Amino acid sequence: MRLLFITLMTLLIATGVGVGATWITTTRGTEFGTLTIGAWTARPKTGTSDVDPYARATITRNGELPIGTGDGVAFTATTDDKKKPLDGRCDVVVSGVTPPARFWTLTLYDNKGHLVANTLQRYGFTSQEIVRGADGTLEIHIASRSRSGNWLPTGGIERYALMLRLYDTPVGVATRTQRDAPMPAIATVGCP
Amino acid sequence: MIRLAFTIIVGVLLGGVVHLVSVLALPRIATQDAYSRLTPMTALNAVTPLPLAEPGTSPMPFMDPAFATAICRYDLSEGPLKLTVPVSQAYTSVSFYTRNELAYYAINDRSAGKKVIELDLMTEAQHSELPEDEEVTSADRLIIDSPTSTGLIVLKALAAEPGLMPQAQASLKAASCSVQTEPPAKAEKPRGKR
Repeated sequence: MRLLFITLMTLLIATGVGVGATWITTTRGTEFGTLTIGAWTARPKTGTSDVDPYARATITRNGELPIGTGDGVAFTATTDDKKKPLDGRCDVVVSGVTPPARFWTLTLYDNKGHLVANTLQRYGFTSQEIVRGADGTLEIHIASRSRSGNWLPTGGIERYALMLRLYDTPVGVATRTQRDAPMPAIATVGCP
Repeated sequence: MIRLAFTIIVGVLLGGVVHLVSVLALPRIATQDAYSRLTPMTALNAVTPLPLAEPGTSPMPFMDPAFATAICRYDLSEGPLKLTVPVSQAYTSVSFYTRNELAYYAINDRSAGKKVIELDLMTEAQHSELPEDEEVTSADRLIIDSPTSTGLIVLKALAAEPGLMPQAQASLKAASCSVQTEPPAKAEKPRGKR
């Protein structure tokens, strides 16, 4: 009786720990092969055959298709440069320069990776649509209410993620630092 | 007390095993992966355009709304696949995924270097059966080896501005992927006569 209880207990703990750890690592992600520049993170290896098992599990669980290395690389940001989570009710400014790439797109998603509905039907920018300053730098205003210049509406959702995808770019598995890939800054400039 | 500690330690150790096994098994047992999601809405060995990514209707998470996307879901058991994608004005790319969403190859219009991206996709076994004919292995014929016999090819064309989306979609409409019906060249030419 006692042995049975201990065995059951052990198996219960094993299931809890094992499934729990898998759930946490596939929802929050792991640090393996992560390239972090400012608030942006990318996992260039997910687009190759050397993808790590955790990233593979996450990809299949979410049902997404990672961007292939010969195609480009995707950077995600869920916080600003000061680690404050991106809030759709606040005014956020993305400014500076982007790494070398033939094209890039910046897209706003909710936590589940869906586009956020808005009346403008604007879900992001491509590198050709953007209005740049005289020195070639860009400034994108992300806010729930309309702003002048490059305005990306948030629909007022609480948490969102930005994804900057670089297409046909030298940035990839070999990239390590800001110098190889100068990413734009993200700053929260005001909250109601 | 010792028994309790022992129970917990063994439990945690076994938990580690469960964790590793489940992480490794997840790509095989996941039912909501991209391939399974796309299976009901795509044709086999043919190009199917995907609806544009829009709030609430995007077939996969994290789709890029600036792109027109089409899928060729392939099964190489019938024979090698021939893929032809005309290049659109801005940017066109072709990415290959295995049944378990492993991105094993991707190419864009510039690295293809031509107005039309032309590829032959085959399994390693089919590749090794190819006759070593000079015509066939010439440099301008790009052969991709698929690690699995089934998988996905994702064709993407960029609409650099929203107004260019119809053009991007039209260029993908002209793309084709089909099983090569004619038998490989070696079947017709007796090898001894050369």
